[in-house]
Amino acid sequence: MNLFVFTNFFAQTGKDLKNLGDYAEAASTKWGLAEPGVYYEGGLFFAGLIKWLLSTTEVSSALPFAGTVNGLMTSLAADGSIFPELGGLLITIGVVFGFVNVFAIGAVWSERKVSAHMQCRLGPMEVGPHGLLQTVADGLKLLTKEDIIPRLADKPLFAIAPAVVFAGVLMRFVPLPFGDKLIASDLDLGLFFIAAVGAVEVLGVIMAGWASNNKWSLFATIRTATQMVSYEIPIGIAFVTVILCSGSFSLMEIVNQQGGSLLSADDGYTYQGWVWHWNLFRNPFMPILGIVYFIASLAECKRAPFDLPEAESELVSGFHTEYSGMRFALFFLAEYAAMYLVAAVAVVIFLGGWWSGIYPLDALGTGPDATIYTKTLGLLVKVGVFLSKAFALVFVQMWIRWTLPRIRLDQMMYVCWKVLLPISLLCFVGSCLWELVSGGASVFGFGIVVE
Amino acid sequence: MGYQLLNVLVFTLFGVFFVVLTVSILSRLLRPRVRDESEPGKLETYECGEPTIGSSWVRFDIRFYTLALIFLIFDVEVAFLYPWSRVFKTLNQHGFGGFIFLEVLVFLCILMVGFIYCWAKGDLDWLKVKPFMKAAVVKEVPEPDAVEAPDGKEEVAV
Repeated sequence: MNLFVFTNFFAQTGKDLKNLGDYAEAASTKWGLAEPGVYYEGGLFFAGLIKWLLSTTEVSSALPFAGTVNGLMTSLAADGSIFPELGGLLITIGVVFGFVNVFAIGAVWSERKVSAHMQCRLGPMEVGPHGLLQTVADGLKLLTKEDIIPRLADKPLFAIAPAVVFAGVLMRFVPLPFGDKLIASDLDLGLFFIAAVGAVEVLGVIMAGWASNNKWSLFATIRTATQMVSYEIPIGIAFVTVILCSGSFSLMEIVNQQGGSLLSADDGYTYQGWVWHWNLFRNPFMPILGIVYFIASLAECKRAPFDLPEAESELVSGFHTEYSGMRFALFFLAEYAAMYLVAAVAVVIFLGGWWSGIYPLDALGTGPDATIYTKTLGLLVKVGVFLSKAFALVFVQMWIRWTLPRIRLDQMMYVCWKVLLPISLLCFVGSCLWELVSGGASVFGFGIVVE
Repeated sequence: MGYQLLNVLVFTLFGVFFVVLTVSILSRLLRPRVRDESEPGKLETYECGEPTIGSSWVRFDIRFYTLALIFLIFDVEVAFLYPWSRVFKTLNQHGFGGFIFLEVLVFLCILMVGFIYCWAKGDLDWLKVKPFMKAAVVKEVPEPDAVEAPDGKEEVAV
């Protein structure tokens, strides 16, 4: 459907646009702001840019091959050509992947700094200002380390396990928004997709541990499998409850509903919402469920106090004991990407996504008198709000790691099956009842109007 | 829909491509080769410096299988709840809310019977103690209790 909108849009207006501002203006009225329910697909947005550039740029005829180049550009931008769409996809993945990498580099550095300052140390100080480039240096070092595959290991499995883990984590970034209308692809299955693809990472971890043919790795693998599958259930029930309240799988839709009431569809998405419109305060059970989700998400990305899978003091390094060099670095990268991912999902489903909870700030760049500048500013504010919430949660994850001791295996089982599962099921039933009785109103009595 | 799934496909392929690029191409150009002949032991399995005894592909605890079974049942339950929760709001607006809520309640109750049975049987405890063994276990492992010292002060027995 989006493809259809896109082609039509360029068939009508493609040649008349004067500059990038005009393009963004027209695109926003056509796709995003004026039509609730139709969001930017990252690929289509960049495809639009590519198509616009191809159809407006003309090489001066004084240059050699001008005719050929112009003809090529025209044919690439012609209707029916898939070049802009494919190019858009590649640019999208570049942006998302770049973000993941920069986040991982920053997070490793800040984890070391946070732990150091909590223990009255300084942490890395030598490479770059305050050791900022330490992670980059470590990455380069790992790139040049020799590739050791143990003689007794199952070599094919050993080699593909990092790819399975890494691709499994990267896939989960597809339906994850980074701000208002900034999303790689607003999958119809959104939240369900994130929950389902989470199992791919477990598979990769089991492959890595089993293929290593190392007793430490094997112990860690069995523990990991037990832990990650056990904690999938409270997470799944938390997801189900949020879907139940929102009536949608789409992460964009879930966040938009937390913006409060839609004031007028004529002005585009003008929401009037405050903090209490967030899902966390939607009914009395949601705060409990939020805490359950956060605890279970710690276990799912193997963070302390649930770091049994890689308990350094007893299992050497867990399932990646035998991994070194670049393969080890990829496991590490995937782990930090997963940290951001669970934090961002918590922000989306409970903490109001990009809505700051302060209506005047949220309303920036909407309404009839919005210019391209206020719209851009509003977009940047929303990205900033979203990322600050996610980073704050990541900081809490680090804080917990350096505060709490590791729990035992039987305690891990106890917390999941005897505490989190009954509590989350009760919250699920309670939320159902709340929706039935209140008819979709939040705990503060504000109806959320979306149709 | 097709374009959305194309996104997923491209992300997956890119993830695999990145691993191949760094491990098999970029790192291969930069790293030294491992020479097993000159450095014996480098490719051995790491077990704290001791020579490895036997394979690591051994049988492991049956309790993990029990847990996997319980997990499977609950995972399927949650998977069934997803489509239900997706339509709940719509059906609630059309007045079917109570009916489908009762339906899911029946579904949950059947599962809860199994869950409570597992709990009562002790399959959720890591150290499974059968009821008839409980007395014996308690007798065998006396808890460290306070003994009365001659001068009346309490001391903890070691």
